[in-house]
Amino acid sequence: MKSTPILVAAAAAITLVAGAAHAATLDDVKSKGVLACGVSTGLPGFSAPDANKNWNGIDVDVCRAIAAAVLGDAKKVKFTPLTAKERFTALQSGEIDVLSRNTTWTHTRDTSLGLNFAGVHYYDGQGFLVTKSLGVKSAKELDGAAVCIQAGTTTELNLADYFRFNKMQYKAVVFDTSEQTLAGFEANRCDVLTSDQSQLYALRTKIKNAANTVVLPEVISKEPLGPVVRQGDDQWFNIVKWTLNAMINAEELGVTSKNVDAKKSDKNPAVARLVTGTGDMGKKLGLDNDWAYRILKQVGNYAEIFERNVGAGSPLKISRGLNALWNQGGILYAPPIR
Amino acid sequence: MADQPTSGGGSQPSKPPPWNDPAVRSIVFQVLALVVLGWFFWTILNNTLANMETRGISTGFAFLDRDAGFGILMSLIPYDESNSYGRTFVVGLLNTVLVAFLGIILATVLGFIIGVARLSNNWVIAKLAAVYVEVVRNIPLLLQIFFWYIAVLQALPGIRQSITFGDSFYLNNRGFFFPKPVFGDGFGLVWIALIVAIVAIVCLRKWAKRQLDRTGQQFPVFYASAGLIIGLPLIAFLAMGAPLTFEYAELQRFRLAGGASVIPELMALLWALTMYTAAFIAEIVRAGILAVSHGQTEASRALGLKNNQTLQLVIIPQAMRVIIPPLTSQYLNLTKNSSLATAIGYPDLVSVFMGTTLNQTGQAVEIVAMTMAVYLSISLLISLVMNIYNRRMALVER
Repeated sequence: MKSTPILVAAAAAITLVAGAAHAATLDDVKSKGVLACGVSTGLPGFSAPDANKNWNGIDVDVCRAIAAAVLGDAKKVKFTPLTAKERFTALQSGEIDVLSRNTTWTHTRDTSLGLNFAGVHYYDGQGFLVTKSLGVKSAKELDGAAVCIQAGTTTELNLADYFRFNKMQYKAVVFDTSEQTLAGFEANRCDVLTSDQSQLYALRTKIKNAANTVVLPEVISKEPLGPVVRQGDDQWFNIVKWTLNAMINAEELGVTSKNVDAKKSDKNPAVARLVTGTGDMGKKLGLDNDWAYRILKQVGNYAEIFERNVGAGSPLKISRGLNALWNQGGILYAPPIR
Repeated sequence: MADQPTSGGGSQPSKPPPWNDPAVRSIVFQVLALVVLGWFFWTILNNTLANMETRGISTGFAFLDRDAGFGILMSLIPYDESNSYGRTFVVGLLNTVLVAFLGIILATVLGFIIGVARLSNNWVIAKLAAVYVEVVRNIPLLLQIFFWYIAVLQALPGIRQSITFGDSFYLNNRGFFFPKPVFGDGFGLVWIALIVAIVAIVCLRKWAKRQLDRTGQQFPVFYASAGLIIGLPLIAFLAMGAPLTFEYAELQRFRLAGGASVIPELMALLWALTMYTAAFIAEIVRAGILAVSHGQTEASRALGLKNNQTLQLVIIPQAMRVIIPPLTSQYLNLTKNSSLATAIGYPDLVSVFMGTTLNQTGQAVEIVAMTMAVYLSISLLISLVMNIYNRRMALVER
């Protein structure tokens, strides 16, 4: 029983830890000297350990950026791999300070779990992966199919809604982790593997016979993925939110990890507010005014982390699409830093 | 009270003060312990509720009435996406009970066979049984479940290449499909006949035992029982004009529609649980049989009983007294181990209710508590049944 002890322990922790709800996460993280970040158990491009056990991915870089802003060092992060089932309980119980684990922002999660979503760092949508030999061109042809799916995800509901709405039958085979889901698909237990499209591309890099598989064109849901924090600590919520916004604004302003030093003498006041901290932007968050400079210097702007982890510079080769800036055909739009 | 002095003369021993009275003391301490325990649990409960309130986490059991909205692979009761979370609980619970129930029966049968085989005089059989026990009980169960799941899936063909038997039974990596019996009008009489047969057999056995005690005549109970249990329903069935049809599975593009089926997850889980627990039961059976002194065997031989009879009438009944208590533990283990189902996608209680339902509602405390209560209840129920059985089998001292 892999996940249950953690769940039970976390539930027990909620019951026993009294009064921790209002503790300032910022002070907590500073005194620990390390940021506890919840990530996936291994999803290439989002959060996965490499051969040297270093975590990489777009979710991982969000955590590194927070650590750079808060602790001054992007390396001071302790990553906790969590299954989809464990993630919220781990955050609720205080085991982790921030959850950055390809987690979809939904109404129920935002309102009834005691959690807050601090923004969106990847706009995703649910899709289907099938083997080519099946001869399926559209998801509408999947009536009666067996579908492999990971437990504890929004995809379970989307799948049910989609098949019900289109009056099709299906059999959902639910696994605990994405590795097991993939193993089930590869063993031919299911005709279809469904998940967020980005994950399908990521999982596809793990399949031995990837050339024989294809991602169907239909996207059946909206999956805005973002970092999550506990409710009731607005300062920490703001820090995570503006860390993300700083990276997106930096891309818009053309500030990268390479030119951030040169940009310190930039004439543009918006750039100055970002990298030199004029206007005490960092102080207002409870940090110092170099917070954004460190994020950009040590981790980079949004375009850099996207390209490095899931974009052209990665095996996934996902195009920016929806995740391009608002003025470049996407929907990525960060409130201004002023 | 016996504190009245029996002989006169001595001074009357005074009643001790309450704080020195053992009876009063014991009551005080018990009450105190209960109060502390009650306070402890009340604090935990109160703390939990207060904490969840301040953190804005939903509490309460209202979620059980809400629409679940997700599909479940296998259900013993009618279920679809429009049913409530409460129903997902029942679906998961029944799936857990199913695998535990079948697992207990199969593991007991297999365990007894292997346990007896280990004591066989045949060198090959005894060694094979020993190897089985040592290999199976020394590999973690989760690995065995994965092994059987992957082995089952890899060994089975795809749906188009199904192994079929006369176009009515299909075996493929989606499961084992067989015709579903559809009971027509008048089939009720067959069930009634079956019940009558069972009652008749119970009476027959009692009568045969009395007959044996009284006259020493043996009545062939087994053949008579077999005749009753097959014959009576068969007569009823034919009399009603064979009111039974079958619904056959039909091959479609992705699936076999209709009919009845067993999913490979259930097969793999059941097989792994059975194999694993049977290894432990085999050892318990062996220990039980060895605990019966050899003198009993010699005595029964001296009375002229055959080998079979010695085992059935003398050894096993005595061995059962040693076997039953540890056997109960194995049944409990099997039931609890069935929660490993979640790793291979069998929709048991942990997978469905503590997995999907928990994640969609986020009410971890309520759901974990309910799940623990279920396992506790099932375990206590098994214990209760086995304890009753144990009492009946226990040595009656004369």
